[in-house]
Amino acid sequence: MIDMVNTAEQPLIRVEKLTIRFGHQTVLKNIDLAVPDGQTLALIGESGCGKSVLIKTLVGLLEPVKGKVEFDGHDMHKLNEKELAGLRQRFGFVFQNAALFDSMTVGQNVAFPLEQLGDFSPSEVREQVLERLHEVGLPKNVVTKSPAELSGGMRKRVAVARALIVNPEVLLYDEPTTGLDPVMSDVINELIIRTRRRTPVTSIVVTHDMHTVRRVADRVVMLSPYARLAGGQPQILFDGTPEQLDQTTDRRVRQFVNGEAGERLLELAGDTSN
Amino acid sequence: MVASSFNWIADLGETVHDALVSLGAFTVFVGRLWYWLLVSVPRWDTLMPNLYQVGVRSLPVVALTGTFIGMVLSVQSYAQFRQLGLETRLGAVINLSLVRELGPVLAATMLAGRVGSAMAAELGTMRVTEQIDALSVMGVNPIKYLVVPRFLACFFMIPILTIMADFMGVCGGFFYSVIVLGIDKFHYLENSAVFVTGFDLISGIAKSVFFGGAIALVSCYQGFNSEGGAEGVGKAATSSFVYSFVGILILDLFLGIAIQNLQSFLYPGGTKLL
Ligand SMILES: Nc1ncnc2c1ncn2[C@@H]1O[C@H](COP(=O)(O)OP(=O)(O)OP(=O)(O)O)[C@@H](O)[C@H]1O
Ligand SMILES: [Mg+2]
Repeated sequence: MIDMVNTAEQPLIRVEKLTIRFGHQTVLKNIDLAVPDGQTLALIGESGCGKSVLIKTLVGLLEPVKGKVEFDGHDMHKLNEKELAGLRQRFGFVFQNAALFDSMTVGQNVAFPLEQLGDFSPSEVREQVLERLHEVGLPKNVVTKSPAELSGGMRKRVAVARALIVNPEVLLYDEPTTGLDPVMSDVINELIIRTRRRTPVTSIVVTHDMHTVRRVADRVVMLSPYARLAGGQPQILFDGTPEQLDQTTDRRVRQFVNGEAGERLLELAGDTSN
Repeated sequence: MVASSFNWIADLGETVHDALVSLGAFTVFVGRLWYWLLVSVPRWDTLMPNLYQVGVRSLPVVALTGTFIGMVLSVQSYAQFRQLGLETRLGAVINLSLVRELGPVLAATMLAGRVGSAMAAELGTMRVTEQIDALSVMGVNPIKYLVVPRFLACFFMIPILTIMADFMGVCGGFFYSVIVLGIDKFHYLENSAVFVTGFDLISGIAKSVFFGGAIALVSCYQGFNSEGGAEGVGKAATSSFVYSFVGILILDLFLGIAIQNLQSFLYPGGTKLL
């Protein structure tokens, strides 16, 4: 099963021997990952393990010290500015902290990517904006508000609407449901599934929410923080379907999935006694 | 022991290294800005708000400081010139210092304080809240979208601010000298007209354009490269003013020398003040 998801002929995104360092801190080391066209992949792992760093590297926001990221046959870190900008327009990216433009209204934020493409009339743009905001469960009157006037969960949903408006080929969601109430989480889960059904989109969903993993993902990849690995162990702890998550024997994966602190509590106790 | 006595060498080396790295990064930044200035015309709706911010919103404070500098010049030079019986020469002294030096430098200083730090803070906030990354991911070049319009706004607006500072300074000087101190109006104006040439006015305005460009470059660079949350943004705002101001004075010296040489080349006889 794991093999089957891995060996699609020409993966849309291929990560090879990727190593990322900040100063002396190694965050990712020798990551290999191939995401075939049309897959919805959930990326899980404990806080600080480098999930956000990994998806930012996929769109060329961070430079690897070693290894490469290929998207549709192009090495993302060897392109010139113009080519990179062109490829990036095929991505939709939901930032962990929403990253809405706070000099613009919510409506202008959602419209922005569409206006950059430049082939829509103002009334078409307006219609699209309202439709996308409706999809993420936001009322019409938020259009004229500024991002600062919204709650954290509302901002997150505006960010999702902004990423979806150009119907990108690849969607990278960084914790789309974190900070949302259970109902709105499910609205977003449903939206991710519906988007997938409507267009052959490839998605990577970074999440801590096991419910989201089980609902939306075809495949789950779990990362470990590099610092916690004994020498030579691979950083990808798990790569398989959501069903296989429940059968895995790896203690670290089981603890994460079931939300048990396990030996971490002992480590913390050890730290405080020092 | 040996190691610690050589620490200062290491520190010095590190400081020099850091300075060279920053200088290199700044040069690359300027190069990228030049590229986008040459290959793209900014959209009116991104340029307009910047022109308004830089130009219109700065006029009152520039006008106010200009007026006071004109009056202060009159206060300070009156006593000395009166002893020589040359008080009507104040017209030449005040107006010449205004159009050649104080007008441009004052307008630039105000611009650096009012607009430069605000630009650094705004871009810095956009950097640390990932709004700049969000722009890049949408395939929008942040230099083109954020820096080019700010640079052009400073570049085009500072001559106007300089003219305002010159004008209000001339008015302030006239008011204090003629109305308050009772210097003969005809000779005050006559002396101004004889000694202050079009060349002086134009050279002051020409200098200001360099100041405006430098302020925009320094401030945008500081904002773009700020890191580490609110503290980093604050640091970017402060250092943008400090570096801009130092830059203005250094540029002023070298431009002053160049203009002096140009003037003695163009007008070998020249006019003598005393
Ligand atoms: N710009 C940066 N500069 C320095 N270190 C960074 C930077 N970005 C991330 N890191 C480091 O990389 C590591 C991974 O960060 P990352 O944001 O990818 O974590 P994450 O897996 O997304 O965690 P979370 O689930 O909490 O969002 C962290 O230890 C962090 O300190
Ligand atoms: Mg993260």
